[in-house]
Amino acid sequence: MSLVVRLRSAVCLLGRFPALAGVDLDVEDGDIVLLSGPNGAGKTTLLRLLAGLVPLHAGGAEVLGHDLALDRRSHRRHLSLVGHDTFCYDDLTVGENLRFAARAAGRGIEASDTALERLGLERLRDVTHGRLSAGQRRRLALAVALSRDPRLLLLDEPHAGLDAEGREVLDRVLAGAPAENRTVIVASHELDRARALARREVAVVGGQATATLDPSRATPAPAVTVEAVPR
Amino acid sequence: MNLLRELWVVTAKDLRIEARSRVTIGQVLPFGVIVLLLFAFALDPDRGILPRVAPGLFWVAVLLAALLAVSRAFALEEANGARDGLRLSGLDTGAMFLGKALAVAIQLFVLEVILGAGVVLFYDLTPRAAEVLVPAALAATVGLAAAGTLYGVLAAGLRVRETLLPLLLLPVVAPVMLGATRAFEAGLGLNGAPGEAWPWVEMLGLFALIYTTLGFLAFGPLLEEA
Repeated sequence: MSLVVRLRSAVCLLGRFPALAGVDLDVEDGDIVLLSGPNGAGKTTLLRLLAGLVPLHAGGAEVLGHDLALDRRSHRRHLSLVGHDTFCYDDLTVGENLRFAARAAGRGIEASDTALERLGLERLRDVTHGRLSAGQRRRLALAVALSRDPRLLLLDEPHAGLDAEGREVLDRVLAGAPAENRTVIVASHELDRARALARREVAVVGGQATATLDPSRATPAPAVTVEAVPR
Repeated sequence: MNLLRELWVVTAKDLRIEARSRVTIGQVLPFGVIVLLLFAFALDPDRGILPRVAPGLFWVAVLLAALLAVSRAFALEEANGARDGLRLSGLDTGAMFLGKALAVAIQLFVLEVILGAGVVLFYDLTPRAAEVLVPAALAATVGLAAAGTLYGVLAAGLRVRETLLPLLLLPVVAPVMLGATRAFEAGLGLNGAPGEAWPWVEMLGLFALIYTTLGFLAFGPLLEEA
């Protein structure tokens, strides 16, 4: 198995504040990793670092074979991030937002149609993003992410705002990721739900070096530690 | 070829948003028309001076409308974290710049046609020498759109974006104002013969080329910092 993510003593500053203070993390191809930890621990910053949205201040970071210290743009074509925002345009319909994302990633309209069906959004195809409910927006954000067929899927609190059906759909997407040669890193507070799907759990806790757990066995696993924000 | 495809993805997205939100037609265009009318009221109720200064007034109205159009082009990237979405899209940043600039240029050119009709109507001007006016307008429009898009991304993400953009952009596009006004004056026979417009058209073309190149190269790093 090749490494999709390799962080060594990675430090990220938000302003002058060290949002990540020396993170070590290895993620193998096809893995599903759960990031757990309290609010403000640095989970979102870790995901944004992996997406190349925030710069690496010190240490080493390789994602999908790209050294983020040298280039934090080239790997973006091969990943998707579902964050707190949907990254969509209010005046475009669900279908148009999906087509834009798929075309930008060099994929055809069929990719956006597939994602639309997969997330159960067909009946909302012609509804503008601005008129969607919070849960529907969440589904659209996930559909946009999948329409790009990413090798690495980064999910930040993906269960938030979803109804029961939406959570089922999301769980199916997560469970099917390894079969689609997709690596998933998910930050969530819905631990029971996420642990049932994740192969590994990495706790990100402010000021503490933490262990990596195998969620199914609830025993510490070796080789990965995350040291997060000193408070 | 890939660059052209990606460029059009961005242009089509921005134009589709504009077609649905109708900000250019519903707000920017009326603003330009009001500016033309205010000049007409303020300068010359008897319409003696207006035809002579019409080219300058027309391009001032276009420039003010361009500020709104550029500001709008980047405001739509603010909601829902769309700017981060654009960064993550994987699109070439040069294509992003060209795509956004082309969308602004198309909107500006439509505005210029309508405002031009307004100038003919309000300022009692007879249009002529289209072979000079059209290239001059095209070159000026591309220059305004390229410089506007470059400074637009520079100001994007700042809380003072709306007030900073005019401060940055207006001094930079002064050569466009000068060149386009002189070219139109010559083209309309208000100041020299139509043939005298060509050096100004060339200057406008050079300005457009410089800012298109600068924007193509600088848009990516500026977007990352925005």
